Amino acid sequence: MCTYVTETVRMAGSGKGPDGWFPLTQASVYVDHPFHAPFEHTVNIDFAAPELGPGARVAVELTEESALALIDAIKAALAAAPPGIAAAG
Amino acid sequence: MYDAMMAETIPLTGHSGDPIEAYLARPLGPGPYGGVVVIHHMPGYDEPSKEIVRKIAAHGYAAIMPNLHYRDAPGASPDDAAAASRAAGGVPDERLVGDVDAAVRYLKGLTSSNGKVGTIGYCSGGRQSFLAACSLDLDAAVDCYGAFVVGEVPENFRMAVRPIVDLTPNLSCPLLGLFGAEDQYPSPDQVKELEEALKQHGKTYDFHVYEDAGHAFFAVDRPSYRPQAANDGWQRVFSWFDRYLGA
Repeated sequence: MCTYVTETVRMAGSGKGPDGWFPLTQASVYVDHPFHAPFEHTVNIDFAAPELGPGARVAVELTEESALALIDAIKAALAAAPPGIAAAG
Repeated sequence: MYDAMMAETIPLTGHSGDPIEAYLARPLGPGPYGGVVVIHHMPGYDEPSKEIVRKIAAHGYAAIMPNLHYRDAPGASPDDAAAASRAAGGVPDERLVGDVDAAVRYLKGLTSSNGKVGTIGYCSGGRQSFLAACSLDLDAAVDCYGAFVVGEVPENFRMAVRPIVDLTPNLSCPLLGLFGAEDQYPSPDQVKELEEALKQHGKTYDFHVYEDAGHAFFAVDRPSYRPQAANDGWQRVFSWFDRYLGA
């Protein structure tokens, strides 16, 4: 199936793409057919900067278990650091 | 039998006069040949989709696949272009119809054309094949597991997609539908609903739902590939085209 559902969030940070580092402005998250991962469906995340062109993208295709483990890992890492230390403002 | 063919990327003037690109594969004989517009899936204008275009040409049809994501990312790799298209909300229905119309006109303009053109689409392209056949004057159409021809689109969908079963009265040509029993989008019930609409409006159609197959069973590069369903499906596709697009 194609879910068509795309969650888009604004991003502030940087990503490293094929042409090196670039400032990230957006992330798109969707569950759909992967381009590369050997599964029928994956959680796909595009970290991107659309204003820099379609090549300014860091793409990942994760299994559901991997995506959920990643969420837990992010939360655990943030919980282990002083609150707000990685905040933009 | 002379069976030479060629395949190349060509410029195409798409919907609203926009310059886009298309992948064309055609037999090199004098014809006359029927034409087929291939509508690629949401992951884009990729290598497996181009292989489908060449396969159809090898069976004696001029086949063309417009790059539906070209405007979102000219010159980008298919995966980047598909991601850009998705982030921009997807392919609008009106634009799709305009691009397919341009591809149909291109095929009919070939000196080897027999004047007949059909469409085939996979996944989101299955729905778009139905949409094109309800919007343009075509000779045959094939819908391979297109979702959201019928059914409700959940509220949080942000893509430019809506059910289009209400267009059934306008269907201009015979429709072949190939689906997987294990698919949820479209589900077997949704396939039945579309079949009922076709019956109700007296349309010519042939639907097959393959057991032990889900979505994307034609996709040879994906774990969803089901050789039995795909082999039988291809036979039905070419029988359909021979019947309705043949010289």
